[in-house]
Amino acid sequence: MFSLLPSNTQWVLFSTMMLGIAAGMVGCLAYWKKQSLMSDALSHAALPGVVLAFLLLGEKNLLVLICGAAVSALIGAMCIQWIQSVSRIKEDTSMGMILSVFFGLGIMLLTIANRSGGNQSGLDGFIFGQAASMIRKDVYIMSVLALLVIFIGIIAFKEWKIYLFDPSFAKGIGLSVKTMNAVYTFVLVLTIVIGIQAVGVILMAALLIIPAISARYWAHSFRTMLLLSALFGGVSGAGGTLVSTYGAGWPTGPFIVITSSAIFLVSMIFGAEKGMLLQFLQHRKHKRDLLVNWNIRTAEKEGER
Amino acid sequence: MSYTGWILLTAALVGASCGLIGVLLILRRMAMMADAISHTVLLGIVIAYLMTKSLHGIHMLIGAAIAGLLTAFLVQWLHSRGIQQDASIGVVFTTMFAIGVILISTSVGNVHLDVQHALMGEIAFIPWKVTTLPLIGTIPVATGILALILIIVLGIILLFYKEWKITSFDPALAASLGIPVVAMHYLFMTLVSVTTVAAFDAVGAIMVVAMLITPAAAAYLWTDKLSVMLVLSSSFGILSAFIGYYLAVWIDTSISGSMAFTTGIVFLVSILFSPSHGMVGKWRRTVGTV
Repeated sequence: MFSLLPSNTQWVLFSTMMLGIAAGMVGCLAYWKKQSLMSDALSHAALPGVVLAFLLLGEKNLLVLICGAAVSALIGAMCIQWIQSVSRIKEDTSMGMILSVFFGLGIMLLTIANRSGGNQSGLDGFIFGQAASMIRKDVYIMSVLALLVIFIGIIAFKEWKIYLFDPSFAKGIGLSVKTMNAVYTFVLVLTIVIGIQAVGVILMAALLIIPAISARYWAHSFRTMLLLSALFGGVSGAGGTLVSTYGAGWPTGPFIVITSSAIFLVSMIFGAEKGMLLQFLQHRKHKRDLLVNWNIRTAEKEGER
Repeated sequence: MSYTGWILLTAALVGASCGLIGVLLILRRMAMMADAISHTVLLGIVIAYLMTKSLHGIHMLIGAAIAGLLTAFLVQWLHSRGIQQDASIGVVFTTMFAIGVILISTSVGNVHLDVQHALMGEIAFIPWKVTTLPLIGTIPVATGILALILIIVLGIILLFYKEWKITSFDPALAASLGIPVVAMHYLFMTLVSVTTVAAFDAVGAIMVVAMLITPAAAAYLWTDKLSVMLVLSSSFGILSAFIGYYLAVWIDTSISGSMAFTTGIVFLVSILFSPSHGMVGKWRRTVGTV
């Protein structure tokens, strides 16, 4: 099946799979940092950076656009922190504000870019993702950066675990929480910005959130959860891209999201940990056991009488 | 009324009704829920369109209200099954939004309904779609619906003013007083959804979030009284809409984008200069004590 596709599609598939794996891993970290929606805010906040980079450069060079996106997402992250620290505004409010205000700015700039570029800029694809518009060079850049994220996720596995689950122990063994925070923000932003061309700024967060919580239904340990989340992310990335190639002009992002949602639904029902089916069966067995016990006890009482 | 007049009136209605709803949203710590609902109403609109083949206001409102309630319900349900609140918001809205986008881009995709429009809104076209009402005369459809929504929102907030206050600040007390907290929650979610969809045509899904959250957050920095906050928030909303419109006309860009951006500027001014909670006020107090 894979070899039947045109070679460019194969490459695009490979890169979205790598992206999915990276997003699955980073999403796991974000889940345990309780920052699932932070990724949503940051991916929206990346839009003005993308458009500004395009306006300044005058051409669509993915590497430059990614740098612009990263700068703008980091500024967004800093604003969210700043608003919370200097005022009584809560985290969710400040995330919602940064998300929508940055996105508004992005749309303003995008309208200007489309006007001057005569709608030929192809930047609209960044909103819903258009993997088909990727050229070979974009694919390489995306794959290399995604592999970098995966590498950081694997090599620092022990550190991530300590950082997420036992910050006081981390302090004890001299693991700098500040450094870990910086690395965490770096991989989160990097994953988001490499994903925006294929998945789009609006739905990028889904690829970080959904595989991680699907994995939670199967995994008992953090290691298994991380691996499964990466697997689910990879399957969603490749599967969604494959489906979106069947229709002309179909956006890639929504199909990737739907694939991961399907995996989530299956996990929620059949999952080995807290899956609905399992819980239902356990519940029924428990009820039956109780009933049997009760019957025996009443029978014994009757006998005593 | 002139073309610009209608646009400004529509934008002001969006600003006012979103500003009122937004205050309750941020006091109830549900800002991200607004983000979720603003995305999922798209699915409600698409399905309403598929079923009725018309883009009439009332069908869209019903579809959106159902989608909004469904979102609130699903998030609550997933959360009760042990998923973190924000992760369950993330799953529900991205999935429903993705289904909406797929439906539009594969089957419905036509001139009446496109994603670009739904997301960014096209306030510039609003004065062209008019209807004639008895007593009032010819007005744009969207403006009429927004005026109706503003009246409903204002009415429901004033009618249950005390209840909103107690359920927002102290849900436990509200429950012990016998106020139906859950019913209030879903009533509120319905209000958020219908406001969102009414504002949809004008400013688009994502800018609605800016209009809902940012003016209310700015008002929160100026006052501690709920009534003052409601007035301030809707005034900020209207102000942002006006400034945003003229900014957009001046540099010739997206009107809704510039309105969203302007709410951010209003907030920035508030966080810097508000006497009670702003940076300057704090700085002056610090200097005063030394």
